[in-house]
Amino acid sequence: MAGSGKLHLRLDSDPLLIVQDLVVQYKVNRKSFVSAVAGISFDVLRGETLAIVGESGCGKSTLGKAIMQLPRPQGGTVVLDGVDITALDGNDLRDVRPKVQMIFQDAISSLDPRLQVKNIIDEPLKVWKKGTAAERSVKVDNLLNSVGLDPVVVRDRRAYEFSGGQCQRISIARAIALDPVLLVCDEPVSALDVSIQAQILNLLQDMKEKLGLTIIFISHDLAVVKAVSSRVLVMYLGKICEVASPDDLYARAAHPYSRALIAAVPIPNPDVIVKRISVDGEPPSPVNPPSGCRFRTRCASASERCAAEEPQLQEVGLGHFVACHHPVTN
Amino acid sequence: MSEILKLSDFSVSFDTPRGDLHAVRGVDLSIAKGESIGIVGESGSGKTVLSRATMGLMPSTATCTGTVEFKGAVISNLSRAEVRKNWGTGMAMVFQDPMTSLNPVRRIGSQLMEALIVRLGMSKDQARARSVELLERVRIPDPYAAMKKYPGELSGGMRQRIVIAIAIACTPELLFADEPTTALDVTVQAQVLELLAELRQEFNMAMILVTHDLGVVAGQTDRVIVMYAGQIVEAASTTDLFRNMKMPYTEALMKSIPRMDQSSGQRLRVITGRLPDPTTPEPGCSFAPRCEYATDKCRTEKPPLVTTQTGHQYRCFFPIGGSL
Repeated sequence: MAGSGKLHLRLDSDPLLIVQDLVVQYKVNRKSFVSAVAGISFDVLRGETLAIVGESGCGKSTLGKAIMQLPRPQGGTVVLDGVDITALDGNDLRDVRPKVQMIFQDAISSLDPRLQVKNIIDEPLKVWKKGTAAERSVKVDNLLNSVGLDPVVVRDRRAYEFSGGQCQRISIARAIALDPVLLVCDEPVSALDVSIQAQILNLLQDMKEKLGLTIIFISHDLAVVKAVSSRVLVMYLGKICEVASPDDLYARAAHPYSRALIAAVPIPNPDVIVKRISVDGEPPSPVNPPSGCRFRTRCASASERCAAEEPQLQEVGLGHFVACHHPVTN
Repeated sequence: MSEILKLSDFSVSFDTPRGDLHAVRGVDLSIAKGESIGIVGESGSGKTVLSRATMGLMPSTATCTGTVEFKGAVISNLSRAEVRKNWGTGMAMVFQDPMTSLNPVRRIGSQLMEALIVRLGMSKDQARARSVELLERVRIPDPYAAMKKYPGELSGGMRQRIVIAIAIACTPELLFADEPTTALDVTVQAQVLELLAELRQEFNMAMILVTHDLGVVAGQTDRVIVMYAGQIVEAASTTDLFRNMKMPYTEALMKSIPRMDQSSGQRLRVITGRLPDPTTPEPGCSFAPRCEYATDKCRTEKPPLVTTQTGHQYRCFFPIGGSL
């Protein structure tokens, strides 16, 4: 798709986050830019888990970071809790930052290996002057307990002594230390073993219920996304293809790209013969994206119209939006 | 059925400051010509060490015991130089990380031609022509241009195709694929798996596919081996294993993965705890501390590897569905 449009926004339900026409560009050389995020609009309701899926290089991580103004997007607005944070700067922006926290893919390298665990989690509390040293120490212990780590055992140890799953627990404790309203999780489980992955996914779910968090869950793993999300946004080359509830998306994906993505996931059952919908090749370079629909170069149902005209998001079912000139129907 | 590879009572241990680390413990395994076997297990279960040790790719701190027979000849007592003679033409390996398994400062063409010149004694021109064919075979667009590129100029999927092209260059009889698609996107993963299946058919190549992804195993293998703490804990034909799991560990592994064919928003089942410390052997079943069905017997006695009439093997006193 790769289309635009705002039909899928639910502005009358007072979303926690409203992103409109977001553009993030990186300089390739003196003359040219690559638009990693090319005019994306979406919203996230309070208490919702929005999953953003797509292949490597589709701009999903850039999108997650742009919400946090890291770096500042080149265009568009990000409205968090009624405040347009793209218009803020300096101390005003800094005051908003604790509300949005992030968890990264590689937990081990996102923690300072030489810091003791208590200091890793204490750091945000200290920076924001949340109480005296003694009060913070109690808070750190509570946070460790809440992510399933025993404070007595872990607080004095250093990050390098822990496994990937444990490091991800520490990252979660650090991220929730300042009581954020929005948690951006960028591939939080893709570096973990399957058995550990389930533990971390369940922990995120618990945290969400306990703290009333809203989550943006960035992942390339469609099976994981199905388990955790309440709404899924499929991205391709910096644009939105499809927005739907997970049940709608997996049962009746309307975008050819979403279909191909779902069909490519191996099913752990040798009796199920998956009819693979082939997408050949790899995404084209975003420096020089195809005209019209960005997916057309790999799409089996592409027509001349797809090259000429960029598809807009249209509603194909209740809360199910697709940006395609030739949506697939069951 | 002729065997291509046979391991008997094969063990690998590493000399570490904390004592001997037993990475692979008493594995018996045989693979027929053209057969495709999946080895699954968590990180640290010994699956990678098993495949690398079989090929003789172990550091000097490792001690291997037991025997490895390749095409009927024992290779486990050979010197490194002699084992090497089997590489390329006999067995070859596709590694997990295509970013680090290619030499970043040599052109693709020279890395591909190396094996052809060294192993098959081709001239440079012959090797160059064959390399282009191989690149075409693994569906690299514009192979002539790709020959002159450096690995850094290619995407992960392209690089993994190059690694596969190098591995199959001398048409090996046995291909080890160690997590060949873990670093790739799903659409590219599907393409690479399809390619491996095609090549396997074309050259009647046996394959050992090491992975943690039960989904990949289900579609690509004839037989599956589940490893836990360095041992085989369950082995069966792929259809039998998925229909009729015997080992509680395999079941727990299956239940902990999020699945596309389940409804959304369900809580995942978790395997609590971690793999046992490989330096200190436990008295009973190595999975007992994490097993929901474990009894006192499991904690004190080691279960033997049982083989049923259908050839299904498991290592458990209380298999799921009862013992046969």
